[in-house]
Amino acid sequence: MNHSNSASNKPIVHMDKVNKYFGSLHVLQDIDLEITPGEVVVIIGASGSGKSTLIRCVNGLEEFQNGHIEVDGNELLPNGKSSKALQTIRTEVGMVFQQFNLFPHLSVRDNVTLAPIKVRRLDRGRATEIANKLLERVGISDQADKYPSQLSGGQQQRVALARALAMEPRLMLFDEPTSALDPEMIGEVLDAMRELANEGMTMMIVTHEMGFAREVADRVIYIHGGQIVEQGSPREVFDNPQHERTQNFLSRVLKH
Amino acid sequence: MDVTFEFDWAAALASIPHLLPGIPYTLLISFGGLAIGFIIGIIFGLLRISPLHWLRLPAGLYIEVFRGTPVLVQVLFIFYGLPQILGGPINALVAGIAAIAVNSGAYISEIVRGGVESIERGQREAGLSLGLSRTQAFRYIIWPQALRRMIPPLGNQAIISIKDTSLFSVIGVGELVRQGQVYIATTFTALEVYLMVALLYLAITWSLSLILRTLERKGLVGQ
Repeated sequence: MNHSNSASNKPIVHMDKVNKYFGSLHVLQDIDLEITPGEVVVIIGASGSGKSTLIRCVNGLEEFQNGHIEVDGNELLPNGKSSKALQTIRTEVGMVFQQFNLFPHLSVRDNVTLAPIKVRRLDRGRATEIANKLLERVGISDQADKYPSQLSGGQQQRVALARALAMEPRLMLFDEPTSALDPEMIGEVLDAMRELANEGMTMMIVTHEMGFAREVADRVIYIHGGQIVEQGSPREVFDNPQHERTQNFLSRVLKH
Repeated sequence: MDVTFEFDWAAALASIPHLLPGIPYTLLISFGGLAIGFIIGIIFGLLRISPLHWLRLPAGLYIEVFRGTPVLVQVLFIFYGLPQILGGPINALVAGIAAIAVNSGAYISEIVRGGVESIERGQREAGLSLGLSRTQAFRYIIWPQALRRMIPPLGNQAIISIKDTSLFSVIGVGELVRQGQVYIATTFTALEVYLMVALLYLAITWSLSLILRTLERKGLVGQ
């Protein structure tokens, strides 16, 4: 699965003292983080804690003001000054968004083939072959000729997953992938993500699905106020949280 | 004073063959001007949303100047004013097309800006996250969606510009109103002829509306 020539024990994401400000608001504070290839990391925290901002820094959708971020050997510079490395990183890092962000003017299949054709320069036949295989894998193959608006939310999010996977990413980012879904559709998206995790994909997931986090995560990170407060295995963080903030947060979200 | 008035249907119908030669001019000035205006609109509309201040500024200036002055003054300026600079006369047809071009171009710039800005930020982010360059994300994701949303306001602008060409009778270009005026000068049937002129404008603008509505119904535009 891993085609990279970098040694597999070398971290695929390396963040060192990363700081980000929105005006005077210090949204990420001295973030140090390493992600190992194959690792599934779930990031939890209250809304506004900086967890989405953190993963959006990894593929440069958010700029950071100082510190150091390296993704698969490509260095991102502060304040967005790294356009060439950024492009390389984005072709290797897939992302699934809360609002799906499918392209409404393209069919489901064309949503999936666009980037492989335009970025990877695959011919249409080869790209379609890959798209069909991925759509079948996420259970959407019979909807390939429809437009996104004709699909349910759960189906749209599975298409978004297939679209990201078509670039054969080495790392997948998930930004609250089930938060915009009706409850009955959450399971189908989590199933597709679980399958991906089992295949060894490196994943960074921001989610409020604690049951899923406990089951799938290799590591859980709790963020509060732009800082990593606590991290560890799901058992460590969920069953025996060390910090009062983590305990408070978990008692609130696990109650219902 | 006892004025009995009778509408002369025969005179109205008789005027039509004399008015029809104006239609090609009206259409040529309208659609020729709009075609150039569309190109101007794309360029200046995109400059208007450029991240670079020194590109935004001239675009904003152009839009303000040509939206803020009457199209009649613009065509008079081009037809009578510019020759003083150029040192030679300008063809009335060319002046008319140019006036519609720069005038509609200013409005279309705003339509383009609005259309592009109406596309959700997430669309661009999704494109960038897939490794598309900013140019590719614009070309394959944002622009096609923006264009669909722009078609209804563009249709609106086309109808306005078609009607604006009626003002160009003042520079003697042989469009619909001009043909009517020339005919009335010999027959003195102003009421009948101007009614026919109005109906011919309505026929043009209504056909355009119908085409646009059909496009919208088929889901080719909007969303």
